[in-house]
Amino acid sequence: MEKFLSFDDIQKSLEIRETDCKAIVNYYLQNIQTKAHLNAFVEVYKESALEQAAKVDEKIASGKAGRLAGMVIGIKDVLVYKDHEFNASSKILKGFISQFTATAVQRLIDEDAIIIGRLNCDEFGMGSSNENSVHGKVLNAADESRVPGGSSGGSAVAVQANLCTVSLGTDTGGSVRQPAAFTGLVGIKPTYSRVSRWGLIAYASSFDTIGIFSRNIRDNALVMEIMAGPDNFDSTASRKPVPKYSELLHFDKRVKIAYLKETIESPALQKEIKENTLSILERLKEEGHEVEEVEFPLLKYVLPTYYILTTAEASSNLSRYDGVKYGFRSPNAHNLESMYKMTRSEGFGEEVKRRIMLGTFVLSASYYDAYFTKAQKVRRLIKEFTENLLNKYDYILLPTTPSTAFKFGEHSNDPVAMYLEDLFTVQASVSGVPALSLPNGKDQQGLPIGIQVMANSFKEAELYAFGSYLMELSNN
Amino acid sequence: MKIDLNTVKKIAHLARLEFDEEGAEKMMKDMTQILDWEEQLNEINTEGVEPLTTMSSEVNVLRADKMGEHLSHERALQNAPQKDSDYFRVPKVLE
Repeated sequence: MEKFLSFDDIQKSLEIRETDCKAIVNYYLQNIQTKAHLNAFVEVYKESALEQAAKVDEKIASGKAGRLAGMVIGIKDVLVYKDHEFNASSKILKGFISQFTATAVQRLIDEDAIIIGRLNCDEFGMGSSNENSVHGKVLNAADESRVPGGSSGGSAVAVQANLCTVSLGTDTGGSVRQPAAFTGLVGIKPTYSRVSRWGLIAYASSFDTIGIFSRNIRDNALVMEIMAGPDNFDSTASRKPVPKYSELLHFDKRVKIAYLKETIESPALQKEIKENTLSILERLKEEGHEVEEVEFPLLKYVLPTYYILTTAEASSNLSRYDGVKYGFRSPNAHNLESMYKMTRSEGFGEEVKRRIMLGTFVLSASYYDAYFTKAQKVRRLIKEFTENLLNKYDYILLPTTPSTAFKFGEHSNDPVAMYLEDLFTVQASVSGVPALSLPNGKDQQGLPIGIQVMANSFKEAELYAFGSYLMELSNN
Repeated sequence: MKIDLNTVKKIAHLARLEFDEEGAEKMMKDMTQILDWEEQLNEINTEGVEPLTTMSSEVNVLRADKMGEHLSHERALQNAPQKDSDYFRVPKVLE
């Protein structure tokens, strides 16, 4: 029988001494072994997880346990954990042992969470299907012939298949929300700068966020309130106070909701997703909320803007992988320059090289203004449009993805077709606003469908409360 | 934007990457396709719009200039592909 499906379950079992942390970790370790073929975990920290469990059990016995005592967490292979290996799913970081722990991860450990292992993903977070990984592809537990979404595919499947209580992913353009939709989970991308990026391996620094996968809103909100907040190691991290999201989930007001005409009418939108989205909008109207259709003529420009800017930032961020100080170094080089070139050419995968090339191109002197500056201008227009809309409406509702989980290899030969997978998730990333993906039924093949809610910057509390209400509504 | 082989070579050198003939052909095709798609942005009038260059609203984040923890020599060299007792080692710069 499935156990420990929520942190609430875990806390109740711990309270009545029906179980202890060691037993919880052993339960998940057993599941990880049984479902090893899903390839969600890259490495399981069996020893350190059991050690930590024993420590937390002692703390519980002496009444000194932190707020996450009993919670078992898996982390995406782009978040570092001191003295543990991580690779960002890339050959170029083969054998890399981290010198320090990411702030977000450390804050969870400080509250007595147990880190059980690291999770598969697309190389450096670049991908929408988890097919670009040196660790191999991850299978969607809802249908193993299909992708789990990306780039945080392993993080999604780890929670979907009950291999840990919650997991951390990262979301640059939809990498938490899209896989959450494909696996029937709750996934959040917080406001840009809400969570410190210290220890998150950079892909596109003005977009990167750390997000959370969970089965329910409360677990998600609790982990977020612990991770978020200022950090001496990341000067971009916001100093705005962090509300106790998990205690603010009550929702009983009437709100204004906008939905975007271009998303509902998109020819790429799968029929069942459209129906489920419209039906939840209808339910909201019936409940007395103001629901209005709004035009978003910039929708088709959001993805091109995103790709120009993220490839530019990636080409710059990934220039540090040169084979000198860490990671893989090509054994075939004969001088310094050939060491750089061969290390990078042999160490990076195809999609990563494509993005570095595009980024280098749009940043090159002759094309900088035509592509990079142009995209920065359009980004401002998209951000202002989105923020203005969210000043007028409390929430924007839209599908998380145009389709449900697709088959392996379905988009492998056409990079643009793969990029279009993120059509509905990039608006929040380009604008920096928070967005939450929630399960919203299934399609005719039984594959999970996601619905996405956006709110204005730093309105995570409002987002979680409304999300909680929406989940009840869609279940009724 | 039609990307030719020469441009692929030039950009690859700037990015310290290299491609064999087949790889360069494919990169040329992919880059052309993606850049054409990105050029849709030219349909938007951005006259008078300031480029957005930062996403964080934090400015002048200051702290006291105190000595903190630092990495030991040994730990700093721990991940080096090749090292001696004090330094990272690389192949010759000039042959």
